[in-house]
Amino acid sequence: MQSLLDQLRGLDALAGAAMGGLPVQLQPIPGSTPVVQVSIEGRDELPIFITSSDMQIICICYLWTEDEVKPERRTELLESLLDLNPSVPLSSFGRVDGRYVLTGALGRNASVEDVAREVAVLSDNALDALDALSEFLN
Amino acid sequence: MTVIKKLVTLLRGSAREIGESVVDSNATRIYEQEIIDAKHSIEKAKGDLTGVMAKEMQSAREIERLKNEIARYEGLAVEALNKTQEGLALDVAAKVGTIEQELEEQAKAHASYALQVSKLKELIKSAEARIREHEREIGIAKTTESVYRATQSISENIGSGGSRLANARESLERIRARHEDLADRMTASQALENELGHQALEKKLAAAGIGSDADRTGKVMERIRARQANPGGPASE
Repeated sequence: MQSLLDQLRGLDALAGAAMGGLPVQLQPIPGSTPVVQVSIEGRDELPIFITSSDMQIICICYLWTEDEVKPERRTELLESLLDLNPSVPLSSFGRVDGRYVLTGALGRNASVEDVAREVAVLSDNALDALDALSEFLN
Repeated sequence: MTVIKKLVTLLRGSAREIGESVVDSNATRIYEQEIIDAKHSIEKAKGDLTGVMAKEMQSAREIERLKNEIARYEGLAVEALNKTQEGLALDVAAKVGTIEQELEEQAKAHASYALQVSKLKELIKSAEARIREHEREIGIAKTTESVYRATQSISENIGSGGSRLANARESLERIRARHEDLADRMTASQALENELGHQALEKKLAAAGIGSDADRTGKVMERIRARQANPGGPASE
């Protein structure tokens, strides 16, 4: 199986093109599992992280942490996320270790073009979601 | 225990260990081995199935042949009776008896082949279901591991860089401000472009002697000369 970074070769240019020509940078993150950070110019605070298992490529955008949620509106936020989830194209809301995320998954052998489309959609959805749900945050 | 049930239990506990312990590597190995075994047994069952199905078809043909034989000999026995050859008819009847025995055996064999075929088909189906189930379980386990490990790597990496994943509201405001700034700059440059474009056009028109700005000096001179030529004219009064 080829390495994740090899599989993502050319992703910066393709994802940039998919987002109307925004400059995009890739950077591998050291650790026990392959992770590549995708930074999109103008959206530097909302990078997309790509990781892979034997079966899937997973794109993750970290939205906010548990302690940023207004406690009195937490249930409302959770319900909104559940209600929104089926409607958001290609991306799902979730939580990993206290961090709220938006994720999208592809097959392990997805083409770099497919990953680029996923990254573009995920970034747009994440920004949109953050904008729409920021009223629930401190 | 199903893998999702196990996950739910794990997630109630310490999330930090999830990266390693969703399904311990031993269990994953066992699942993977079971998948390999199930794939082998499917292959073998498919091989067996072809053989048994061939035998089933052969025995069906044999049954057909024996039935035809019986019909033929019974016809012959009738002919013998018609010709009052009782003894010959009895011999034929004995022959038919023997064929009938053979037919019964063939019918039994055929039924047992049919049973084997349906058993093998069941076996293949259940092995395929087992593979699908194990692959799903391993998929969930490994994906959970990857996501948690990746999150740990990202947190550690960003933590060691002196910064942290920024506060979401602040991030949003910075992104918004940057977008607004970009939008403002685009508006400004558009306005500038319009203005400069306008001035450039006016200059070109003037140079061509068209419009109110064209040859302003010339027109003034004309007026002065007219006044000089006609000092008592209406202009001085």
